[in-house]
Order: sequence, then C-alpha cells, then structure tokens
Amino acid sequence: MSGWDLGADHANNMTLGEKLGQVTWSLVLLIILVASVGFAMLYSAANGNWDPWASRQAVRFSVSVVMMLVIAMVDIRIWMKLAYPLYAVAFVLLVAVELVGQIGMGAQRWIDLGFIQLQPSELMKVTLILALARYFHGASVEDTGRILFITPPILMTLAPVGLVLMQPNLGTSLILIMVSGAILFLVGVRWWKFGLVIGSALAAIPIAWQFLHDYQKNRVLTFLYPENDPLGTGYHIMQSKIALGSGGLFGKGFLLGTQSHLNFLPEKQTDFIFTMLAEEFGLVGAAGFLGLYCLLLLYGFIIAMRCRNQFGRLVALGLTVNLFLYLFINCAMNMGLIPVVGIPLPLISYGGTATLTVMIGFGLLLSVHVHRDVRMSRRGMGDF
Amino acid sequence: MLSAFDRDAERQRLLTRRMLVLGGLKAGAVSALLARLYYLQIVESDKYATMADDNRISLRLLAPPRGLIVDRHGVPLAVNEQNFRLVLVSEQAGNPQEVLDKVAQLIPVSETEHRRILRDLQRSRRFAPVTLKENLTWDQVSAIEVNLPDLPGSSIDVGQVRSYPFGEATAHVLGYVGAVSEKELVGSEDPLLSLPGFRIGKNGVERHHDLALRGTSGTQQLEVNAVGRVVRELSREPGQPGRQVTLTLDAKLQHYVQQRLSAERSAAAVVMDVQTGGILALNSSPSFDPNQFATGISQDLWSRLTSDETGPLTNKAVAGQYPPGSTFKMIVGLAALEAGIATPDTRVFCPGHLELGGHRFHCWKKGGHGGVNMSDAIKHSCNVYYFEMARRLGIDRLSEMARRFGLGGRTELDLPGERPGMIPNSAWKKATFKDVWHPGETLVAAIGQGYVLATPIQLAVMTARMVNGGYAVKPHLTSEVEGLYEAPTAWPEVGVKPEHLKVMINAMNRVVTEPGGTAYSARIMQAGMEMGGKTGSSLVRRITMAERATGVKKNEDLPWKERDHGLFVGYAPVHAPRFACSVVVEHGGGGKFAAPIARDILLECQMLDAARLSAQQAERPPERAADSGTPARGTSL
Repeated sequence: MSGWDLGADHANNMTLGEKLGQVTWSLVLLIILVASVGFAMLYSAANGNWDPWASRQAVRFSVSVVMMLVIAMVDIRIWMKLAYPLYAVAFVLLVAVELVGQIGMGAQRWIDLGFIQLQPSELMKVTLILALARYFHGASVEDTGRILFITPPILMTLAPVGLVLMQPNLGTSLILIMVSGAILFLVGVRWWKFGLVIGSALAAIPIAWQFLHDYQKNRVLTFLYPENDPLGTGYHIMQSKIALGSGGLFGKGFLLGTQSHLNFLPEKQTDFIFTMLAEEFGLVGAAGFLGLYCLLLLYGFIIAMRCRNQFGRLVALGLTVNLFLYLFINCAMNMGLIPVVGIPLPLISYGGTATLTVMIGFGLLLSVHVHRDVRMSRRGMGDF
Repeated sequence: MLSAFDRDAERQRLLTRRMLVLGGLKAGAVSALLARLYYLQIVESDKYATMADDNRISLRLLAPPRGLIVDRHGVPLAVNEQNFRLVLVSEQAGNPQEVLDKVAQLIPVSETEHRRILRDLQRSRRFAPVTLKENLTWDQVSAIEVNLPDLPGSSIDVGQVRSYPFGEATAHVLGYVGAVSEKELVGSEDPLLSLPGFRIGKNGVERHHDLALRGTSGTQQLEVNAVGRVVRELSREPGQPGRQVTLTLDAKLQHYVQQRLSAERSAAAVVMDVQTGGILALNSSPSFDPNQFATGISQDLWSRLTSDETGPLTNKAVAGQYPPGSTFKMIVGLAALEAGIATPDTRVFCPGHLELGGHRFHCWKKGGHGGVNMSDAIKHSCNVYYFEMARRLGIDRLSEMARRFGLGGRTELDLPGERPGMIPNSAWKKATFKDVWHPGETLVAAIGQGYVLATPIQLAVMTARMVNGGYAVKPHLTSEVEGLYEAPTAWPEVGVKPEHLKVMINAMNRVVTEPGGTAYSARIMQAGMEMGGKTGSSLVRRITMAERATGVKKNEDLPWKERDHGLFVGYAPVHAPRFACSVVVEHGGGGKFAAPIARDILLECQMLDAARLSAQQAERPPERAADSGTPARGTSL
C-alpha cells in the first residue's frame, strides 16, 4: 500500500478521496467474508431458509457496512473530542434503561426506540474504550504509576458496571471490567497492582455470590455440576457438547447437522451458532473459522502498532480486546469450558445491536488506521 | 527531564511490550479453544456421535402380521382383518373439541368414550395421534371419509385384528388371542410382547403354535427431533411374518358337527382319520364367539360365560373326563383274548346279575341275556359277560390293555388343556388310597365305571387303533407348520393279534347293522357308508331306593346335572374303516342318544369326501387325466 507513509502534516488535512484510499480494504473484505459465514449459518439454522434470520441479518449488515465506512471517514480527532460526551450519553441511556427499559427474559436491557431495540450496555463497551483511550492519551509512564491518577478511569469503569449488573447482565459487566483492565495494563499499570485486585476479587467471590441472581447462581452451579440438571441448563451444555463432538473431523455437512436441525441444540441462531458451525463443518471448519477470526484480531493488532498517536493505539487495542473477549467467551461457552453466559458471536450470531456495535467498533478501527499519522498534542485537541 | 519525544518513545516501548504480553495471552486462550475442539471432535468424537444418534434415532418395533391358520383344504380358519380406527392429531385439528363434536354427529360417541378421548387428548403430545374410535364399520368409515375435509387433523388408520370366519365352530380348537399379561412378559426375550396392543395366542392352536404364528419383529428407524416428533423414516427391516399353520381339520365337517351338537345342551365330539391320526373335527358345545375376544370382551359377557353350568369355555373334547361306560367293553374283550383266558366263542350265561363277595352286580337288562358269546355281549352290551371276563383277568391286565389303546394318559394332542383321564390299577390304588384293590372294583371298571375316566379324544383314539389294523396312531391337529413341521405318517403297532381285533370290529358292526343291536336304529342306510360302533352310558349318580319309591325311575326324571352321560364310539365305512368318531352327550341319558349324532357325523364326513372327489374329477382336464402316470388321489381328503 502506498499510503503507509504519509507525512504528518499531510495526514492532518486529507481529502475524502485520500481517506478512502487509506481504508484497509482487505480488512473490509475480511469482515464481509466472516459475516457471510454467519449468513450461511443462519440460513442453515432455519433449515435452509433465508427467513427469518439470514435475510434480515444481511440487510442489517449491509446498512452497518455503510455506517462503518462513514465512521471511518470521520477524523480521529473528532472521535477524541466526542469521547467523553459519548460516554456520558451511553451512561445516561444506561440509567434510563433502569427507569424505562423493556423487560425481557428476566432482565431489563432494552430501550425501544421504535426502529431498533437499543441495548445501551452494548454502546457502553465502545464509549468506555473511547473515554479511557482519551484519558490515557496524554498520560506518561509516571502518571500511570500514581494511584490517584488511575482512580478516575477505574470509577469510569465501575459506574457503568454497577448499572449493567443491576439489569442484570453478568456477561457484559465482566467484559467491561476486562476491557478496562486490559487498557490499564497496556498503559503501564504495575503487575502487582493487578495481582492485588485479582487476588482481592477472588477473595470477594463468596460475598459477591450473595448478590447474584438465582438464575446466575444456577448457571454457575450447573456448569460445575452439570449432572444435577440434565433437563435444564445442563441439558443445553450437554447437547452443545454432543453437537460439537459428533461433528468429528470434517463435520456432517452444510444443512446436515442433526443436533441443530432437530432442535436438540438450544439458541442455535444466537449464542450457540458456533456449535452449529462445528457440527456441520467439523474440526476443520471450526479451526478454519477461528483462524479467520484471529486474522481479524491480527489486523487490529497491526493497526495499533502502525498508529502514531496514543489515542488511536489504545482505541484499536481496546476494540481488539473487546472482540477477542466476545469470541473467546462465546466459543468457550459453546465448548463447555466456561458457564453459559448470554454472549453472542460478533458478525455471526443473529442480533441487531450486537451487529451494530461491532460494526461501530470496526468503523473506529478503520478510522484509527486512516488517521494513523495524524498528530495530536498531549492535551489532544491542540492541532485541530 | 526527558523530552516529549523521548517520553512518547518510552511510552510506546512499554505499550508494545505489554501488547505482546496481551497477544500472547490471547494466543494461549485460542490454543485452549483449539485443544478443546480437538478433544471433543477427535478424541471423544465417537462417543458424541453415538449420543447424537441416540438423540435423533428412535427405534420402533414393527409387529409382523400373524400367521394364518387354514384347514386341510386350505380354507382359512383364522385370518387378520383390517381394523379401521379414527385417529386425531390435535396439533392439526385446530380446535379438537369442535372436531370431536362433528365426529359425534357422524358416528355414535358415548359419554364414557367422550371423556376418555378428552383425557387422552390432554395427556398425549400435540403431534401424537389419539384414537377416537376403534372397530369402525364400513358404513362409518365411508361416512367419515366423505366428511374428512370438515374434520381437520383426523384420519382413518388401518390396524389388524384377528378374525375367525367359523366363529363358534372352531373356537375350542383355535382358541383366541389376547393382550400379553404381566406373567407372560416375565422371562420372554421377544420385544414384540412389550408392544402396546400386541396380542398373543391364549388358547387352542393359537396358543400351541403361538411362536410360529407370531413371527419376528421388524424394526423401523425413525429420525425424531428434540420434542420427539417424527421427522422421517431412516430405514425399515420388516421382520418375519408369522408362519401359516395348516390343520388336519376339515372346516366344513367341523362346522357341521358344531351345528349337530348344538341340538344338545352340552356335548362333545371328535372325528379322526384312523390311519394318520389327523383330527378332522373336534367340537365342544356350547361354544363362544372368539371374535369377541379379539376386540376385547365385555365384563358382562365374560361372567355369563364363566358361570354357565354347561361350560362353554371348556373344551370338553379334550378336557371333559367321563366314565366311558360300555364303550370300554372292547378293551376288556381284547384283554381277555390276548391273555388267553377266553376265545371268541367262550360263552357266559347272563341271568341279569353276577354275585361276587356277597355283592350283586347287575346287568342293564333285568331278565338277563341268557347265554352269550363275546360278540353277542358287545352287540347287546351285556354287563355280566364282561364282569366275568374282568373277574378272570384282574384289574392290572385290564388296565394294561386300556393303556395300549391310548387311555389313561394324555394322547399328546397338539392342543393345550388336554386332561389325562384315568385308568386305575392296583398299584395306583395302593399309592392313592393306601388300600388293596377289591375284585368288585374290577367288575365296576369292566363296564367303564368307578374310577375309570376317559376323554372324547381318547375314546376316538381307542376306536381308531382298533379299526386301523392295530396301529398306535396318535391324534394330531397340525398337518404342517410352514417350513417347520410336518405331521408324521408312520405309526408303531399296538401289539394285539389281528384276529382278535377282527372279533371286536365284527362285534361293533353287529351293534349297528343287526336288528337287536343297541344302535340299530341309528344305522347308516347309504350303501357303502355303513358305520360300526358301540354305545355307552355312564352313571353320574345312582338313583336311590328312596327316589325309586317317590316315582323317580328314569333318568329323565332327575335334574339335568344328575342325569347319565350318553356316549358312542364309531367308525365308517365298515368294509374299510377310515373315520373314527366319538360322541359324548353330557347328561344325555344314554348311548342311544349319542348314536344318532355319531351317525350323522360319520355320514356327513363320507358325503363331503365323495362330493370333493367328484368335484376334483370334474375339474381335471381329460387329456391330463389320460396321460398322467400318477394315480388318482382318490383317498385323499
């Protein structure tokens, strides 16, 4: 690519055409490829029908691709400028969801905006990354060594986590904490401090246990002792393992997964879609898919390395960590490695907000790359 | 103080280092996922593949059609009929209640049925068919078929139900089928028995040949989804249908005999082929309708059948044990001849009674028969002659001869429920009553009374062995079980001199053909079809002196249950005996009442045979008859 080494001065004043030239089109193609795997699986989940999932997902995705490119064109300095306001908006929405949110499946997670069922906790993941990246943009190594300096970002994380826990949504809370922790780690917070926090968190588990909802306790207990609940959640874990295992090396073939097509597999179009893929395409297909997904993560990694400003690097890495956590938690849950938590597989699982959020993330990632040479002062806004 | 550039560079170095650490952690996590995939999909793959198949494949048993039972001419005696059922799948019905109301307008649905249907609809899964009504008549089937568009979710289902075209006539031979009981289930390996609605033979031939008739189960592999709904059929292995059982029975004769016996309140008869031992007819009257058993018998009918004193559920031809009375006299005569204590010409004077040990044993004829030889004594059924023979013989020689002719033990007929009868001897008495055998008891036994008991089938066997040239035929009902069994044809000899048998045959001929014989009035007039035989009557209860005083002199004056049994054993035709027959009329008064029945039966079986023979000759193309080297199967039945 010719655009890898634009001068900083030029980078600060790119035309739209130049910006489009800077877009990592191979990444865009990769995203479309992975999403297409998702459409195929949704097509299979509906027993070889585009309705009701695959077609709708494809339409949503197409819209989000355009949105992603628009976000990519917006100057990274504007995103930095908007980081705190956006975080504030997401936070207010989270509070609002507590007050007026739609209740579904025992949790209060949605705000019905008419055209979309908005899930503010999803938006919070992206805005928290932006806000933390802005906070640490100007921070020196010495700054991050000071407890007082890292207190505000910790509070910025824990406030939404508390709200999301109240919904209740344990999975998203954990992702918020882990993403935030990853950023703190990247900016240089000492190892021993993490050790201290993790240690005390482990010590706090018995206390935290008291605050978990019954269904959450059950999920953990069922994971630890699946034989206690062969017909409930344990049944789902068991059926998922059967589906995966029976896929074997090459799988049962597209549209031929017996576990998924005969409805033994629960939630096959959302949380357990990876299992379905592994059943129909076997170890070869599942490993290939993981490889494809890791390639996506690698792109995030490389974009962060090439970026010349701390904000962009942190945003890219934060988004990559976020994407990775989705992938890992979902797959590990499908394989029975961790308890069942309601985490979708981005670009694959059926769902509106999840697709929207992940595409916003990719938009920002592309923006980081397009504007990688933009110079930003320690204070952030100076040169704009 | 570091420069801004240096600060940034230091920060970036730190970031890069930590980025690599984070990347390493991610790589480790992805490796864990891959390892887990490998473990599940390669190492444990077989286990989970089996579990996945167990999940989706439901193995169902297919009940094979029950084997047919046919008579010796291939006439079906037990068949499988289609049983039309109306079933409803509530999922497809929309509103099952509405459909049920419409059905009730077409066919009668009782209050109890209605409640049962509603309960079944509630209990079963929405996609599983529920039976609304069984055993639909053809009219009902048509009425529903026409209205099916108005009855969503309902359909006519065809099952099989056992049917017996000859009904009551073959009920005692064939038995019937019924649901598998708890007891029958224990210890059986056959998975068919656990199928709901599967029926097995409960009595008669249905029970005796149940395993052959039953066949073996087929299997059907169905793919089912998580809620158990059948998605498709994967494979079907039809199993082995039940084998056909061919009986020696002649359906027409069997039917005729049943009709003939039904004139009496309670009677039994057996007709057998004297050469082969094949049973041509075996009847017990009154009977029952086995078709009602196949579809489920009502409690009311069942209690009526079981409480009836004429025993419609008992096969009296094999389970009825009667004192054989005078029909036993040939055995006494043969025993005397074989033992050499008498010749056919040995004469005994009958003054009407015989004195022994201070007791007086009466002949049935008050004034006595005067001087009679062995043959005369059979013709007139003189008791005194055989008292004398028995006195000379002793019980043990007498009972030994009886056993040679198939009395005193089961005939090994291939039918369940046969009883052994009774032929006493001195050892038996010692073992049973701890008492010696008294000579007077021998005299009672000589005229087939006292301890002596025989079943109609035994009496038929006895007769057959006497008239077939002395071969120890065994009776059998089965001529062939498809691919498994064929009836034997050769029999050992009884071991009685032919001239001795001839004496008895001639004597029996005289009973029927000579004026003065006890069955002369029941003789067969058709030339070439004449029968021979022996009457018998067995005392059920002695008429007491007190009763004689109050005017009860004859059997007919007693209550039915206390009257004598009437017996007759016979054979035909006399010039070359082919059919042996025994008839017992329970409480029928005496042998003179049984003889006409035997006459009609023996005549009918010869007529049937003749008719069949001429029909066969008419059918045969002349040119084939001319060039055929094989002899005409004139004697075949």
